[in-house]
Amino acid sequence: MTDDRTLVTTPADEPDVVLDVRDAVRHYALRRRSLRDPRRSVHAVDGVSVQLRSGRTLGIVGESGCGKSTLGRLITGLETPTAGTIRVGTNGTPAAAAFGSGTVQAVFQDPASALDPRMTVRESIGEALGKVGRDERERRTDEAIAAVGLTPDLGSRYPHELSGGQQQRVCIARAIVDEPELILLDEAVSSLDASLQAQILDLLQRLQRNTGTAYVFISHDLRAVRQVSHSVAVMYLGQVVEQAPAEAFDRGLLHPYAVALRSTEPRILDDGAEPIERIVLRGEPPSAVALPPGCRFAPRCPIVEDHCRRIAPDLVEAASGHLVRCHKPGDLTLSGIGRAGAGTPAEA
Amino acid sequence: MPTIAERLPSHGVRLIRRWPVRGIVANIAVSLILLYIVLAVLGPYITPFAPNQVGAGPRLSPPSGDHWFGTDALGRDQLSRVVTAARPALLSAVYAVTFAFAIGTVIGISAGFLGGLWDGGLSRVVDLLFAIPEYLLAILVIAVMGSGLVNASLAIGIACIPRFARIARGSTLAIMERDFIDAARLCGRGGVWIMRRHILPNIASPLVIMTAINMSTAEGAYAALSFLGFGIRPPEADYGSMISSSQQYLLTDPWVVAFPSIAFVTLVLAFNLIGDVMRDHLDPRSRRGVSRFSASPTE
Repeated sequence: MTDDRTLVTTPADEPDVVLDVRDAVRHYALRRRSLRDPRRSVHAVDGVSVQLRSGRTLGIVGESGCGKSTLGRLITGLETPTAGTIRVGTNGTPAAAAFGSGTVQAVFQDPASALDPRMTVRESIGEALGKVGRDERERRTDEAIAAVGLTPDLGSRYPHELSGGQQQRVCIARAIVDEPELILLDEAVSSLDASLQAQILDLLQRLQRNTGTAYVFISHDLRAVRQVSHSVAVMYLGQVVEQAPAEAFDRGLLHPYAVALRSTEPRILDDGAEPIERIVLRGEPPSAVALPPGCRFAPRCPIVEDHCRRIAPDLVEAASGHLVRCHKPGDLTLSGIGRAGAGTPAEA
Repeated sequence: MPTIAERLPSHGVRLIRRWPVRGIVANIAVSLILLYIVLAVLGPYITPFAPNQVGAGPRLSPPSGDHWFGTDALGRDQLSRVVTAARPALLSAVYAVTFAFAIGTVIGISAGFLGGLWDGGLSRVVDLLFAIPEYLLAILVIAVMGSGLVNASLAIGIACIPRFARIARGSTLAIMERDFIDAARLCGRGGVWIMRRHILPNIASPLVIMTAINMSTAEGAYAALSFLGFGIRPPEADYGSMISSSQQYLLTDPWVVAFPSIAFVTLVLAFNLIGDVMRDHLDPRSRRGVSRFSASPTE
């Protein structure tokens, strides 16, 4: 199951880097009530660094408002970062310069909103082909429609005549038709029901094997992310708290937030694995405007210590390719609070 | 594409197999508009007398076999004048609304699409235009440009710009929230393409409704300006000026005022009804017909 997702470690085999995000920051300034008020801003994305190679998938998980969608918009160039650099494509063009060049494409969560109701399927897909002649546009549109498993007669339909799954296939066809190097999948399967999700994920993986396109897969659904991703970044309040190769999900995650996320994922009981205690996080994440001085997860962390509330941890490499931002990585595991001397679990 | 409504028996008069209008009121309104259009086109060829022929009959004669609508103070045939006046009436409404639609839609879509300072600037200009009373604004424009059919229509059109601009901007803002705008940008499509191919088709429904409603407003405004003497130059027939020049006979010979008034009110009413019908058809929020059909699906 993990064979084709295992990272190739030989440097000679490494495919090109198609996404290089370094210390990306995106703040949104808040309106001040008076001129004497301090300037405040929402820290939507606060110093994220990720890399992605051609043909691979980077999963980004986190709860609502953690900045994962903003990170996605930064990658596509729809938003510009407040600080930091984002380079896309094999030649490392800044995302803002590559915007609209067809290097990066996106599939959004709600296919009904992502398709113009007044455009036919063919027109929507052909929109991604800007500078080509009519004949080539028709041919490549046909290819894309076939590639996503739609029948050619759907080409002249309007979006409201299609099912949700078909609509999402059209969105995928539009994303792949101009052969981008990177596709952003922002909650691309979240609005579909379970069997359709599986079909679309299958389709995405097959397309990736055929074309070698890199995916950034943003979702709050850990299972979907783990199914398609080669590596996964867990985000909390604008920061990456844990970044690991996909197989680390099966070995074990280190950050208490990531562990809590995994423990709440629904599972069929009789699958042979040891029973998992659900870790329910109390409270809301702190405001992204007034951030706590220490670890951002401290107010909700089940294994928090005084130290955590004062000093913010850095993102450090706990194992090869496995980064974690925690003072006590691995102290909270899926079977509860592991390891001796973990301290008393504090309730907020 | 057959809709549920098409498969169900029609409630209205069905003139031809694919007659697009359903409902008695809608059919009456459409028929009236068609009648006025026919009169406007054929007017000069079908009138019993030349509309400006003084002394075609006795002065101020009541309706009779010779003069169905009577004659006015100069002995001109009222029926001929009422029929002839359909052309300036329709033209003024079409000129005014076309102008307001073109300018207002461009302003509204640009403001909604560009946002920021552009939106602020354009919206303030529209607010300014909106703040001036419409007739005052129209008379101001006429004072600068002079009277006449085209100038009066343009004046009305300018006064109607804010309505189109506002509805276009509001609808554009709603469309801008949709993901397909971002998708089009990612595909490298520029602002003009997005505004023309994505925004305009998607805000067409409210704009078409606005057009129909404004036809009646513009027609009313033109009659008012014509009544005040800013319309088409006398002696050409025009509802407003006909009413205005005959008002002194209102008590003694009421038909002189009555026939142009009835013709004018009927036209405005027909425009209004068309507007209502279009809104019911195009605006899903007030689609009364749907609930009526779905209430008795088997009948």
